[in-house]
Amino acid sequence: MSEAVIRIAELKNQFGSQVVHDQLDLQVKRGEILGVVGGSGTGKSVLMRAILGLRPAQGGTIEVLGETVTSGVEPTRLRKRTGVLFQDGALFSSLSVLENVEVPLKEHYPELPPALRRDLAELKIRLVGLAAAAGTKMPAELSGGMRKRVGLARALAIDPELLFLDEPTAGLDPIGAAAFDDLLKTLQQALGLTVFLITHDLDTLYGICDRVAVIGQGRILTAGTLREVERFDDDWVRDYFHGPRARAARDATAQGGH
Amino acid sequence: MGSTEKMIKAASAGRDVRLAGDWTIANAARLSREVAGAPSDCTGIDATDIDMLDSAGALLLLNLASRSNLGPDRIALRTEHRDLFEAIARAAESEHAPEPERRWIGVRALEGIGAACNALWRNGIRLVGFLGLSLLTLFATLLRPRRWRLTSTVHHMQQSGLDALPLVSLLSFLIGAVVAFLGATVLRDFGAELFVVDLTTYAFLREFGVLLTAILLAGRTASAFTAQIGTMQSREEVDAIRTLGQDPIELLVLPRLIALVIMLPLLSVVATLAGLLGGLVVATLSLGIPVEMYINRVHETATLSHYLTGLSKAPVFALVIALIGCLEGFKVTGTAQSVGERTTSAVVQSISLVIIIDALAAVFFMEMGW
Repeated sequence: MSEAVIRIAELKNQFGSQVVHDQLDLQVKRGEILGVVGGSGTGKSVLMRAILGLRPAQGGTIEVLGETVTSGVEPTRLRKRTGVLFQDGALFSSLSVLENVEVPLKEHYPELPPALRRDLAELKIRLVGLAAAAGTKMPAELSGGMRKRVGLARALAIDPELLFLDEPTAGLDPIGAAAFDDLLKTLQQALGLTVFLITHDLDTLYGICDRVAVIGQGRILTAGTLREVERFDDDWVRDYFHGPRARAARDATAQGGH
Repeated sequence: MGSTEKMIKAASAGRDVRLAGDWTIANAARLSREVAGAPSDCTGIDATDIDMLDSAGALLLLNLASRSNLGPDRIALRTEHRDLFEAIARAAESEHAPEPERRWIGVRALEGIGAACNALWRNGIRLVGFLGLSLLTLFATLLRPRRWRLTSTVHHMQQSGLDALPLVSLLSFLIGAVVAFLGATVLRDFGAELFVVDLTTYAFLREFGVLLTAILLAGRTASAFTAQIGTMQSREEVDAIRTLGQDPIELLVLPRLIALVIMLPLLSVVATLAGLLGGLVVATLSLGIPVEMYINRVHETATLSHYLTGLSKAPVFALVIALIGCLEGFKVTGTAQSVGERTTSAVVQSISLVIIIDALAAVFFMEMGW
């Protein structure tokens, strides 16, 4: 369990003269769900984009599944082993739901027979809790929650080892968010996924995250289990984890027995 | 695992099948071939020798089991694979999607024609309705100067009128020169080069001055109106205007409409002058007609009635362009894609309608002898 699948060392990111990250270190261990929290504008999404190699870092190294992302070479092998859910699903608007889920299968496993590919895509759509009939719909016809589920199905299509989620429960109603959390936990346990999860949602943090990393002032302020992070001495962390919402989420988790 | 080794080790018929190797998506193509060739009368599946299992492998395992009508409980698995397999089996149990309905291509083509005609008809009705609504709002605000949106109107006059001035004059100048050249090549054979002046004057006073301006503004301004209002519509700004007790027609449509109705005739005056100037340049430099003679000839040819018949179309074109631009903006639904679609539609519609109206007007004026 202790093997690190993501290693970030001394990462530096900046836009023009504005430094977003400086000397940022973080490790994500195999098989865990790591929740990344931080105030608005602290660079959570920038960190995810840097790990995925979507934006070049200005310094430091990032290693994902043994492959260096920061070398400037497109990490092609990595694309076959990671899945990403962007904030609004980022579904291809010209393709139907089923075709969207089939895209990574076609790209990475072109040798699959079409019937099996279709079955696999359909299985993923049902796995994320949608009716198989949703496959013929176009993304524009879906609600926000459904778009996220389809995005998750697409991210899971090729059975990745590593899953990146950018605010998966933002914009969902509390019932939908709780269902999404349950789904994520079930899938993570069943498929043995490692999950890098950016969130603002305290219920998600308390409900499903194994470890939490707090990002602020350009670096990781603290990373550890919720118990450890709650005790960390910082104004933002204290306000975040000891406000009324955090208390409610903690109580709910204690009662629910997650 | 040896790549030549079979992953389904079929014992003789009527017995348990033993599986081995990695049942993962990387081997899925091969596995699906082996599953297709597996016996369909086995009594159980022993999957405990499988090293790695993922959801693709689990799906194939289920397919293999269903070939022999075995339930998922007849598959022996390692404990670490059990959670995954059960999750996949549960998901696979639920209903399959219905096959999309396939129909004969002729039927679909007929259906497409019908839908297009229907859409055209409804679009026409909607445009006329929108015209009525805008005129109604215009008359309602006409007598109440407090509700005039002067700043907004002037802003749009600048954006769609003044800023288009260099483009409109340059293109009209060039078309004027082209018309003169075209006339010269034909008329030179008859030794009637001087009639190039008549041609250019007629063309620009009656048709081209207004038509060119209208086509340019249809491309430039109708698309801008659609994009502006469409973006507001998709961000619910139009709904916000309504909930604040204001009228989107009065606030968004009237300033644009009035600005264009004022500016398009003014721009077409400039376009006419630029076109005549283009003709003048060709006539003097290439045909050897002196400037003075050109101007005198223009004076003889140009009558007020010619010019008024041309200019009378300008407000109509302005109305068409502004209305289509705004209406298409209001038709935007949510997505950014929709803004793009409606913008294209606005440009296509307004240019087509401008040319159709111009053609009808030309026939009408000809028959009336104006």
